Amino acid sequence: MSLLEINGLTRRFGGLIAVNDFNIELGEHEVVALIGPNGAGKTTVFNLISGFYQPSEGSIRFKGKDTRGLRPHQVTALGVARTFQGIRLWSEMDVLDNIRIAQHYRLGYSLLDCFLRTKNYMTREKEIDRIAWELLEAMDLKEFAHELPRNLPYGVQRRVEIARAMSVQPALLLLDEPAAGLNSADVEELIKLVRWIHERFNVTIWMIEHQMTVVMSLCSRIKVVDFGTTIADGTPEEIQSNPTVIKAYLGDDTI
Amino acid sequence: MQKKVFTIGLFACIVALVALAQFHLLDDYYLSVIMFMGVNVILAASLNLVNGYMGEFSCGHGGFMCVGAYVSSLCTVLMFSKNQMLGAPLLPPQLAFIGLPIALFIGSMAAAVAGLVVAIPSFKTRGDYLAIITLAANYIVISAINNMEFVGGPRGFMGMSATVRDMENMIDLPWMLIFVLLGMVFTIWILRRFVSSTLGKGVPAICQDEIAAEIMSVDTNHMKLIAFMLSSGLAGLAGGLYAHVLGYVNPQSFDIMRSTEVMVMVYLGGMGSLSGAAIAAVSYTVLMEALRFLDVWKWVVIPLLLILLMQFRPEGLMGNRELSDFFPKLRKYYSFK
Repeated sequence: MSLLEINGLTRRFGGLIAVNDFNIELGEHEVVALIGPNGAGKTTVFNLISGFYQPSEGSIRFKGKDTRGLRPHQVTALGVARTFQGIRLWSEMDVLDNIRIAQHYRLGYSLLDCFLRTKNYMTREKEIDRIAWELLEAMDLKEFAHELPRNLPYGVQRRVEIARAMSVQPALLLLDEPAAGLNSADVEELIKLVRWIHERFNVTIWMIEHQMTVVMSLCSRIKVVDFGTTIADGTPEEIQSNPTVIKAYLGDDTI
Repeated sequence: MQKKVFTIGLFACIVALVALAQFHLLDDYYLSVIMFMGVNVILAASLNLVNGYMGEFSCGHGGFMCVGAYVSSLCTVLMFSKNQMLGAPLLPPQLAFIGLPIALFIGSMAAAVAGLVVAIPSFKTRGDYLAIITLAANYIVISAINNMEFVGGPRGFMGMSATVRDMENMIDLPWMLIFVLLGMVFTIWILRRFVSSTLGKGVPAICQDEIAAEIMSVDTNHMKLIAFMLSSGLAGLAGGLYAHVLGYVNPQSFDIMRSTEVMVMVYLGGMGSLSGAAIAAVSYTVLMEALRFLDVWKWVVIPLLLILLMQFRPEGLMGNRELSDFFPKLRKYYSFK
């Protein structure tokens, strides 16, 4: 069974069709890219999956479950984590808290437990703490645990954001332009990190990315959209030589 | 062991205060100032959950205080005093010790339910628009009570002192002082436990980036519900205590002026700092009393101080830090976060 199955997904904003008849099937342990010119509707697809928008038409099934009508936090609880185009960390709380809060859906204790500090509360908080520290250790972020995100370099903030998404323990990780604003050394680091996450956590990764070095070195499949419509779908080699893709990016040369 | 020092010290202070009042070493004036301080600490700390930690701008805190004050007063008057409209007392005066806490509890619950008026719109509304809703909630409460004849309407409502008298007749102690101090400790205790848990940290997460909170599996609606209801419930507790300290309430004392006063305390202390709210509430009460000689000019000086504060220290006395961030040695005795 495929992990994520999208059929005929369409989203209209008034007269504008942002996403038109979008189809994809993601299997377990795949790394797939979604590319296309600016304004092609890539982020809208991600927003539809994570529940920020509801589809006008079509269906989204995650692990066989229809996610239409769910609120974003409910979709996340099913095992879909994502990062954002611009970094959206909680900047006034330290890195450790950022990682801890992302485990909200499996707190496993009630408000009353929290007031009374019951045994259940203590064991659950310890568990949350343990998972957070393990993740920080694994992602090489331990030294920054008590720093505020806004005091960290941009590349490290990116890593913290990915770590925060991973603390959801997702089956599907959506990365929205992870390499945006990174210098070439950071991009190399990012490629290594994503590859490592993919191996270590056995997670399916779907990314929107403009930097072709990232896409080419990580993804086994690429989907290209323009004006909300899928224009190509295939392996990196196929995409590179596809005339429609080249036209969408570079324009028609018959002026 | 050392962590216990703070708790022991705190209760020692309470016992000392009660003893001072008991042996009339504190005159009634100081006693009432201390009790208002306690009420103000509860108000400021509870509003801080919404205005500080959650970053919303609630300016209707007085309304929830009003609900708590009237509901708990109604309970004790029904139970322990004779009233023209409500008839003879239902319970014997010996039960006043149980009756008052129950009445305070019912008052808080009623205020928490009233908090829904703001909590539910907050799911879709933020910022200035929500502030207007809170303002409206304040007016709804005041106008409703102004039109309720059985609680005296604009003339106010009294009879709560019978309960306090019952208790003092049974055992001669300054009972209201004890209740106010315990209410204050309870408020800080419950709020600190909430904001230091991973569950409670969902509240500042909403403040700092609501979309990120929702996508990172924080049920933002649920968190807003908890924050608003906890905040208004504790305001109701403050209202109940205030009503029983004074023995008389009227709707005007809970209007927008009161809400503003509490807001000033929160901004004075620092958003998102519990010790800041407590310190600010105490210093504000002292300041109000100290400037009493200025008479009406007090209301020129205090807003002026507010302007200066916003100009030179907009984050308040403490910012979002706690006492232990300024005096790390305190950490040995008590974990503030």
